[in-house]
Amino acid sequence: MVLLCYCWFSDLLLSKAFLACRIEGQPEHLLCSLLLVIADIVSALLIRSTGQSLHKSYVQHLEALDLFKFSEESGMLPSGDIAALVYLWNPFTIVACVGLSTSPIENLAILLALYGACKGLVPLAAFGWVLATHMSLYPAILIIPIILFLGYGPDAPPRKLFLQRSYRKCGTSSSSDQYRKTEDVTDPLELRINFSWRRVMQFLLWTFIWGIYFLLLCDISVKQYGGLSEMFKRTYGFILTVKDLSPNIGVLWYFFAEVFNFFRDFFLIVFHVNILFMILPLAIRLKHRPGFLAFVYLAISSMFKSYPSIGDSALYLGVVALFVNELADMNFSFFLFCGYVGVSLLSPVMHNLWIWRGTGNANFYFATAMAYACLQIVLVVESVSAMLNHDRKLRKITTAQLADGKS
Amino acid sequence: MVLRSRPIFSLLLLFLSSYGFSTAFASGSAIEGGEEDFSEELLLKPLPDRKVLAHFHFETRAPRTPSYGRHHHLFPKAIAQLVKKFHIQEMELSFTQGRWNYESWGGFEPIASSNAKPPGVELWAVFDVPPDDVDASWKNLTHSISGLFCASINFLESSTAYAAPKWSFRPDPGSLRYGTLPREAVCTENLTPWLKLLPCRDKAGISLLMDRPSIYRGFYHSQRLRLRSAKTSSDGTHSSIILEQTLTVVLHPDSQKMSTVNSREPTLQPSWSMSSLFGKKISGTCVLAKSSTVYLQLDWGVVRELKNLENGNQVLGVASIMEESFVSNPAFVLSDKPDKVIREVDSRSEESAILYEFSVRKHSDLGPFDLGFTWKTPVVWSCPQLPLRVSRFLMGSGNERGAIAISFRSARAREGLTHAKSMGESCKVDVNVFQVVPWYIKVYFHTMKVFVDGKPLAVSDIIEKIHVSPSEDKVSPGVLEMILKLPCTVDSAAFTLEFDKGFLHIDEYPPDANQGFDIPPAVITFPTFHVNMHFGEDNLSKKSAVLSRFQENIPVRSYTEVLLVPLTTPDFSMPYNVITITCTVFALYFGSLLNVLRRRVNEEERFLKSKGKRPSALSRLLSKLSAKLGGKRVVASQSSARSSSFISLKLILKIILVAGIAIAWQYFSE
Repeated sequence: MVLLCYCWFSDLLLSKAFLACRIEGQPEHLLCSLLLVIADIVSALLIRSTGQSLHKSYVQHLEALDLFKFSEESGMLPSGDIAALVYLWNPFTIVACVGLSTSPIENLAILLALYGACKGLVPLAAFGWVLATHMSLYPAILIIPIILFLGYGPDAPPRKLFLQRSYRKCGTSSSSDQYRKTEDVTDPLELRINFSWRRVMQFLLWTFIWGIYFLLLCDISVKQYGGLSEMFKRTYGFILTVKDLSPNIGVLWYFFAEVFNFFRDFFLIVFHVNILFMILPLAIRLKHRPGFLAFVYLAISSMFKSYPSIGDSALYLGVVALFVNELADMNFSFFLFCGYVGVSLLSPVMHNLWIWRGTGNANFYFATAMAYACLQIVLVVESVSAMLNHDRKLRKITTAQLADGKS
Repeated sequence: MVLRSRPIFSLLLLFLSSYGFSTAFASGSAIEGGEEDFSEELLLKPLPDRKVLAHFHFETRAPRTPSYGRHHHLFPKAIAQLVKKFHIQEMELSFTQGRWNYESWGGFEPIASSNAKPPGVELWAVFDVPPDDVDASWKNLTHSISGLFCASINFLESSTAYAAPKWSFRPDPGSLRYGTLPREAVCTENLTPWLKLLPCRDKAGISLLMDRPSIYRGFYHSQRLRLRSAKTSSDGTHSSIILEQTLTVVLHPDSQKMSTVNSREPTLQPSWSMSSLFGKKISGTCVLAKSSTVYLQLDWGVVRELKNLENGNQVLGVASIMEESFVSNPAFVLSDKPDKVIREVDSRSEESAILYEFSVRKHSDLGPFDLGFTWKTPVVWSCPQLPLRVSRFLMGSGNERGAIAISFRSARAREGLTHAKSMGESCKVDVNVFQVVPWYIKVYFHTMKVFVDGKPLAVSDIIEKIHVSPSEDKVSPGVLEMILKLPCTVDSAAFTLEFDKGFLHIDEYPPDANQGFDIPPAVITFPTFHVNMHFGEDNLSKKSAVLSRFQENIPVRSYTEVLLVPLTTPDFSMPYNVITITCTVFALYFGSLLNVLRRRVNEEERFLKSKGKRPSALSRLLSKLSAKLGGKRVVASQSSARSSSFISLKLILKIILVAGIAIAWQYFSE
């Protein structure tokens, strides 16, 4: 059964499934769309339960830091439900599903990995990560958030606050009653502070197992077409060398259609390294928030992807809604909303003018793609900045509390 | 004196005789091995739509024997070298301008099947090399021919431009490569090198008629070069290379007289002569030619009409067109008396084509030979049609996707369908389709739909055999080969294929990108129909190259139209703008994100505080200087010295580190 399922997935990768669907006729077509709908619904459920566990840990951590008042003040929203609804009602998701794009399946794999990591289900996380990487290569960078998830647990305020807090708690606690109370709360704190290598090692082991398993199945299924090396060349090579120049929502197709052949390799390296360059700084700065880090990585990779689609945006817009409480103070959110609406209205118009009517120009469409890239950049930068500001605010409050407690 | 002169005379005699003997011997041996020979022929044929077809046929034959070495008497050296170097078994190159009108100029006849070529350049070659070397040979061949004929045939070198058909182009292709350049403009610069291959060029003989303005004024001209091997002796030990050069032109005779004729009556076909068609006359033969002959061919359609006329006029006792001695008949007048009248022998029908043969040698004795043909009565006839008329067209609009459709319409040909109909309901017409599609037309072969008489049918019902090799981006074109089996009673059939249009890099667009891209024509072959004319006298046809070609059993072949597919174009003037704008946006991303990550809480305040605590280096220096000048002791000397030494130590460490890295780098790079 797994093998069957897998074969189907690998077929998806080679985008044969659609051909099959189109050959066979109407019922197969319906089956295909049904599958995508199911994938989207499962994704939404995964987002919801991930969001719930993130929310729970967030509230728990705030309580641990005696910031419950703060959380009550701001009015905590059920972020899991909101994110699931945002994912399901996002026009991008609906369009990607109706357009029979494979992105719902890819999104499902990514969300499986994140869900598994968030809940501590190591084999599931490894399976999701391997599957997602196998299907679209870019989710490979999600290994860092997943490891942080497994090592530190779900998103939390910076560790320093807990260290300060526990230090102070230990120093000032006098009565046993109080001490017991703190011990109950410090349980997640302990987890916070200690990086659990055991689970990470488990994850790596499972990744290895799943990877070997996938490669074996691939090898069996593509043996007659030239083996694994040919498969890598035709799938990952195709992704990395941007061979297909048909217009998409990204900017790389036009860039590589226009760039001089002499510089092609240079720019290929530059654009792909641009994804990798930001991995480490972000990981260092946001290591206490692996879920948010995963969102940032997803947004960046959907920006620099060789063949981006709106299905990728649907995913990261769904994931960003998990952090509605933290990102409440984000700047430019109205501007971003208007921008997304504007681009999603203008882009099809420009595409139609250029491709179908012949009255427009490639530059018109490219301009919308450029605006879209700018919007994504603003979203990433502003959300990261808002998250860091949120952490700063928490720190300020805790230091003030500590100072109050001292005095 | 006498005594002395006799030995000299005898010596001379001896020399002469020995020379004569040796030449006789040489010629004898040459005949045995197959001598090089050359023949020139011209076939003229009035066409139903008031036009005239002129078909020049030059044939050079050389034995493929090593004894000749590199030397040839008549055979062009350039071609011989090509054959020798690239091991060409067979090759055909054609330069064509205009489209052969299969409906009014005929499709079911030898000239249409072998000389109607697609517009532009078509090249195919069969090599006698191991399969791995075929592509290399092809690439070299394209370059050589490109240089030889002043054409851009070297574009066929790229693997996206040629294909290796398995069975649809020729039944047993061997290592065949096939490529077309539909966009190639054909003009006199291609004709001149082609004429250079002839022994007399265009200086004498029939090629004298090739006046460039009149040839290129025509509706269609196709200049063809075909190389093939033939076994000269029955045991197959001696083979020879045959170089066949043909030029097929469809011309429109000038017809000033026509304006006076009443338009209500069926109009008289325009009369013509060689001088009116070409503006020149044949004023002598090429002395190197074995034979130089002019043929005038009348189709079976004309013959039937003339017979009807004859039957009406028989009372007047006019000479029949079949008689050799006639000069005039009720329908037309020939300016010269033909040497021979050759009649096609056709078992299947009463009427058959007639050929009048004129030997140029005989006719140009007295003066320049100018064959004239004058119609006396209006005659309307039609040409033998293809079993199925084939046309190809594009469907859909916009630049994202479309569909190619190939449609077949029954023409009810003279022979073939009517003949086949008698066989009953189960009879089938085989149609062989060979289509090469460039990679930027991404054909989805699974979308093939077949319609017979307007009704959709399952693909498997019609297609007997199919071979598809999908295109690979920038590597290979898509090739479709299939055999359709259509019922004989079919009126119309069509099949469609959907495609997506690709997007190219700006360097891959031709200079006039908005004109569109040409899809090479599909080659349609009817393997069960053969065009061949039989002539009664066997030895006669052996003499003539054209007639022997007519007698060969060639399957009926036709080419569809070239399709012009408009592709989306990027803005060609914008590469710099695109590069700079994109890079700016990405730099913006990188910079702003890094800035956000780097910024710390209250950083500015802390920076200001630290600034306030420690005076800047410049102010310290100034205070030091002023203190020295004032002769006072430096107050905070100790602390500043400590800090400065610490800083310098750090600096030195840094410098040493960098230097060490540099040295290591230098060391390892060497």
